[in-house]
Amino acid sequence: MINRTTLTNLWFNKRGRGYLLQLLVLLGVTTLLAIIASNTIANLQKAGLTSGFGFLGDQAFFDINQRLIEYTSQSSFGRALVVGLLNTVLVSSLGIITATIIGFFAGVLRLSDNWLVSRLITAYVEVTRNVPLLLQIILWWAILTSLPKIRDSIPVFGTLFLNNRGLRAPAPVFEPSFIWVFIVFIACLFFTFLLLFWARRRQRRTGKIFPVGLTALALVATVPLIVFFSLGQPITWDIPARTRFNFQGGFNITPELLALWIALATYTGAFISEIVRAGILSVSKGQSEAALSLGLRKNQTMRLIVIPQALRVIIPPLTSQHLNLTKNSSLAIAIGYQDLVSIGGTILNQSGHALEVVAIWMAVYLSLSLATSAFMNWYNKRISLIER
Amino acid sequence: MKRFTITIAAAVLTLGLAGCDENEQKAENTEPAAPQASSTNTFEEVKARGVLQCGINTGLAGFAYTDDNGKWAGFDVAYCRALAAAVLGDPDKVKYVNLTGKNRFPALASGEIDVLSRNTTWTFSRDVKLGFTFVGVSYYDGQGFIGRKKLGVKSAKELDGASICIQTGTTTELNLADFFRVNKIKYEPVPIETNEEARKAYLAERCDVYTTDASGLAATKSTFADADKHMVFPEIISKEPLGPLVRQGDDAWADIARWTLNALINAEEYGVTSANIDEMLKGTKNPEINRMLGTEGSLGEMLGLPKDWAVKALKAGGNYGEIFDRYLGEKTPLGLSRGLNALWSNGGILYAPPMR
Ligand SMILES: N[C@@H](CCC(=O)N[C@@H](CS)C(=O)NCC(=O)O)C(=O)O
Repeated sequence: MINRTTLTNLWFNKRGRGYLLQLLVLLGVTTLLAIIASNTIANLQKAGLTSGFGFLGDQAFFDINQRLIEYTSQSSFGRALVVGLLNTVLVSSLGIITATIIGFFAGVLRLSDNWLVSRLITAYVEVTRNVPLLLQIILWWAILTSLPKIRDSIPVFGTLFLNNRGLRAPAPVFEPSFIWVFIVFIACLFFTFLLLFWARRRQRRTGKIFPVGLTALALVATVPLIVFFSLGQPITWDIPARTRFNFQGGFNITPELLALWIALATYTGAFISEIVRAGILSVSKGQSEAALSLGLRKNQTMRLIVIPQALRVIIPPLTSQHLNLTKNSSLAIAIGYQDLVSIGGTILNQSGHALEVVAIWMAVYLSLSLATSAFMNWYNKRISLIER
Repeated sequence: MKRFTITIAAAVLTLGLAGCDENEQKAENTEPAAPQASSTNTFEEVKARGVLQCGINTGLAGFAYTDDNGKWAGFDVAYCRALAAAVLGDPDKVKYVNLTGKNRFPALASGEIDVLSRNTTWTFSRDVKLGFTFVGVSYYDGQGFIGRKKLGVKSAKELDGASICIQTGTTTELNLADFFRVNKIKYEPVPIETNEEARKAYLAERCDVYTTDASGLAATKSTFADADKHMVFPEIISKEPLGPLVRQGDDAWADIARWTLNALINAEEYGVTSANIDEMLKGTKNPEINRMLGTEGSLGEMLGLPKDWAVKALKAGGNYGEIFDRYLGEKTPLGLSRGLNALWSNGGILYAPPMR
């Protein structure tokens, strides 16, 4: 019983002392940071190097080759940064999705009984994990830029063109009536969810299995297609055409984006495959033996028994791989992919606002990381609920 | 405290620029350079340190390259050497820091280098807004283009739809954007960090043309195996007065840097060369020469330097003309003619204020 909460008393209470010490450390660190920040700002101001974030409204005057939003050299520094941010988000999302898919397949296949397959996967994992990522990025860029020149572009399916300036593909141009195809598609997806829900409940009650997968596929794939054709195919294609120097029209995936994407996906994919392998191995053999003896088929055992349990082990380290990939995407600068760091660096250089740009970099990577973690934590919680 | 926090800021900057700094500091003296605080007395710091920290290119034929002995040499390097000789009495007391177009300004602002001698264009915003002081013009340049002859292009205005390699963080990328906007034509910029990367990308035909300062184009072309298949367009789209620069607000240091450059130029005008300088030291009939060489008057003292500062600077690599001829001139692979960079008395615009 603590009646008096004087400081001395708090000190002699083990828990109280813990809190007090933590508070002191926190205070100390905050003060130190505050002193550093205010000193830095004062010094930089004295050197004429800072004046807040107002410069973000100034005209940028430089061009950017890959822009997901409207941008010209007349746009502002702020807009240039957003272009860079979106490029970072683009390559990170592509990378995360691909790395996860590669990682899962490689992780499962490495455990395969097939000697050749498991050895091949082992080789892939060991090579990519042990060569510095920067080198891999540069290597992929070197490979992609040594593809045939523009005039000898390799045509793929007649309208896609692969050359040392990337992959040029036809761009879809949607006509207004296409919206109906989209609406029907969404409706079908929604209906599939309802079906799934219903089938689960029915199975729980009666034990009867309904082939949701096949039905859903038939539904989602065919119905929108029927609508699409009955509307008279409301899509036209902007087909790339050869001009004097380049292709014009369609859209282009630059070798910089491709190289960065492939390198990030294969590198992180190797790490993920190890996590997946560890996750699967962490599920005790008894579980699959029990499942098999209950009469479940091999892939059902994997899908229904092993993977759900393995996921609980897999998700937390997987999250940190996703975060790593996002941060590693800043190596883009080595091959001139215009990501946040690269464009930020240009802005820093052209405007002289070093501290502000660095602050923006840190804030953005922090928020991207926190957002990824938040999503993965949410997913992790959901998965954990399966525990009974 | 001040020193400490600026160091942190510099460290943060360096971190932020990770990816470029692999290029940094691969110069001969590789002891890690703790970024020095931006101080108001660079001169004292350099003397105390005994080494001049000079920011140069990551590598550009003629301007800053490693010679057969693995030492840095070139037009920009020669200025670093002359300055080190004037201040420290020894042209070899230089620590070279290799910088890209992008990280050169943070390096100078943070005090990692004392002077930047890296094909840098003197512009309004760099002088006024970025907080630097340009000490003069060592090379009058302009932006040009290089392309393959087989393209059949004679002027940059015909480049509609072309892919163009440019170094980021340069005046080049700004001029290029202006040029294409004004002429209402489109292009794909292919951004690149260093001249070497630009060279590779251009040779791989990742881009149709490469654009930078015309001197840089000549330098780059001189390294091509099939140089005769490429041509520098006659068109120049900008003014690029290149010269050394220091931090703003350190006038004593800026004076030393400025007058070292002026001494090199004036020496050419007065006919003082590395060959005849010892002779001239015995005294000449020209009082300008005598004042410059310290045999008359007290110019060195005014700068806080020894009497023979200019003698040391000139002995480091000769006068402006000698340096130009050795690294850039018609007898070198770059084969640049003096053009605008001839003395004013020879039809150029090179004109240094008098030594008095
Ligand atoms: N003069 C322009 C361009 C300077 C520049 O980057 N020039 C190139 C080519 S002339 C260079 O020095 N490259 C050498 C390197 O990448 O280190 C500026 O100051 O912004």
